[in-house]
Amino acid sequence: MLHTPFYDYHISQNARMVDFAGWQMPIMYTSIVQEHEQVRTSGGMFDVSHMGRVYFRGQDARRFLERICTRRISNMAHGQCRYSLICNEQGGVRDDVLVYRMGDDDFMLVVNAANRTKLLEHFRQHSAGLSVTMDDRTEKSAMLAIQGPRVMDVIGRFSDEIPSLKKYRFTTKSLLLFKVTVSRTGYTGEDGVEVILPANVAPTAIKMMLDKGGDAGQIIKPIGLGARDTLRLEAGMPLYGHEMGEETDPISAGLMFGINLDKDEHEDGEPFIGQDALKAIHANGPTNRLVGLFLDTRRTARQDMPVLHNDGTVGRVTSGCTSPTLERSIAMAYVPAELTEPGTIVQVDLGKQAVDAEVCALPFYKRPKPVAT
Amino acid sequence: MPCPTDRHYADTHEWHKLDGDIVTLGISKFAADELTDITYVEMREPGTEIEAGDPVGEVESVKATSEVYAAVSGVIAEVNELLADDPGLVNRDAFDNGWLCKIKVADATALDGLMDGAAYDARHPA
Repeated sequence: MLHTPFYDYHISQNARMVDFAGWQMPIMYTSIVQEHEQVRTSGGMFDVSHMGRVYFRGQDARRFLERICTRRISNMAHGQCRYSLICNEQGGVRDDVLVYRMGDDDFMLVVNAANRTKLLEHFRQHSAGLSVTMDDRTEKSAMLAIQGPRVMDVIGRFSDEIPSLKKYRFTTKSLLLFKVTVSRTGYTGEDGVEVILPANVAPTAIKMMLDKGGDAGQIIKPIGLGARDTLRLEAGMPLYGHEMGEETDPISAGLMFGINLDKDEHEDGEPFIGQDALKAIHANGPTNRLVGLFLDTRRTARQDMPVLHNDGTVGRVTSGCTSPTLERSIAMAYVPAELTEPGTIVQVDLGKQAVDAEVCALPFYKRPKPVAT
Repeated sequence: MPCPTDRHYADTHEWHKLDGDIVTLGISKFAADELTDITYVEMREPGTEIEAGDPVGEVESVKATSEVYAAVSGVIAEVNELLADDPGLVNRDAFDNGWLCKIKVADATALDGLMDGAAYDARHPA
């Protein structure tokens, strides 16, 4: 079982630890609902060190990533992050990733913990003959997501530059003896950053920020994986293994924004793995689509529960929870394309009973626009 | 904190507290913690006859849905109405105000086969 550099910190905070993709991770510290509300109203800090961080360098690094990723890479600026899918030849999703571009020939991918081993093999296979080196630095580094409406104020006490970063941009700061990468990214629907730092300084860094940062420890509290899941679900963000998998294509999952079907037509473009399959799905329109559901119950829909229409099974639930923000039972589900109109009524089979559910557009929750002051 | 010693614990984490011919049933603090935040509780209606080993209801949490079993036969006498609006009470006060239902029993000897508080604690150290 792997431990992140923050393991001792989690134990000191009385976290309940669980096995997640081979890592001991905190599921919660106090209560999933309280932690969820903490992030929506103030700020939270998530240990996401279990996510894979893999660096690619070399004169073919860009070309390699163009082949691997569904999203265009060549026009990324230095200091830019971009969400992309990695697909198989059938157009199924191998993973969803964040690509960081540090330089012309210098990139990093942040990948899901559960897919890291599989992807390293995929990368090896598809980099054969190319001049690119791969360096998996997951276990040598740590990563924190700091998210919530009051987070940027606290970070502003330490840095002028970071609060001015645009969304999906990052900066690398050299502190005394080490480098820290900070990106304006996240997975909660709130503003915030994700921070990558060397493993050996991580425990000290977290103490400095939360213990020595005045009231920072009140504004930003540790949050477990339980609330990470309910936060991303409210924000309508898909999770690998739920809304996405090797058998589901990203177009059905509503992730067209993460695909550039024509990217091989650019001068510096390359065809990507899964491109032909995705072009066909795009041309015909997907048979099923991911939608949001409001359930007419206080019960919770769980993954793989059937979605019914006219007494027949027409789809399946991928994720569900009682939304702490909306105080309603919400779910994401795949339904046939003709049932995706918001307001359509379907049923969800909860096991002992079927209940009505209203189709809605995603996301369920959008953070309020900041009010000018 | 040790579990209360005035009641009987099942392998499936329910506690049963006998008072006259009424058994009050709930789930242990350990079980409530394992489930994480409880979002919904549904017990069978008062008046329902149940056999020992029958499910008497369901508890749903952020993470999972779990059935709750009674170790005694009898009739559901009352369900905890507070949980309709505040299911989290089970997390906060599992052994007291977070009880789930009361069962009227003719014969409570089945409880003798369950664990006492010390045995349950030994199995699930806090």
